[in-house]
Amino acid sequence: MQDFFLGAALVLGGLMLLSLYRGVFGPTVLDRLVGVNAIGSKTAVLLVIIGILYKRVDMFVDIALAYALLNFIAVLAASRYFQKRKGLGREIQHKAALRSGEKQ
Amino acid sequence: MIDFFVVVLVAGGLVFFLGGSIGILRFPDFYSRLHPAGKLDTSGSALAMAGLALFVLFPVSLESVLTSLKILLIVAIVFLTSPTATHAIVDAGVRAGLEPWKKSGEKTGP
Repeated sequence: MQDFFLGAALVLGGLMLLSLYRGVFGPTVLDRLVGVNAIGSKTAVLLVIIGILYKRVDMFVDIALAYALLNFIAVLAASRYFQKRKGLGREIQHKAALRSGEKQ
Repeated sequence: MIDFFVVVLVAGGLVFFLGGSIGILRFPDFYSRLHPAGKLDTSGSALAMAGLALFVLFPVSLESVLTSLKILLIVAIVFLTSPTATHAIVDAGVRAGLEPWKKSGEKTGP
């Protein structure tokens, strides 16, 4: 059973790397926020699995609870901050303009 | 017997997480990317956490029951907070004037 949980933790880590692509290369700021939110919700599950692997679930459950709340607060604060910025889509238009300029 | 249910639940949660990650990678637009990010992460963490709570519950003692209830509390918190966070991100995109994705050649705006 320990081997199964170790494999599940490894698969979760790989999926977090997939989501990290969107966090690093996302075209707009809000795309990066989506990627970070997905990583955070996977981390809460991963922390409980780590607790089972170390046989200290009672301690790691509290950490996972705090992490889930912190993830929510962080995403909420960042989105409240960015909604006051006009022209979030201009990054894409700027990149498209650069690309068409290269073609000419 | 319990181990079988634990494996099925956690593997189901991992399948949901896999779908969410592929959707976040492959959808064309910010608004459509929120669809897998909001729903599949919530349901995936609910399934996986249910399996982990079932594994922690046995052998039954007061401590294990309390730990299992705490894991279910995490699921309740994720069910409340994840749609709220998704709605806040969409709201930020709409207020900042981010245009939805269109097929090329389609008319913009209603």
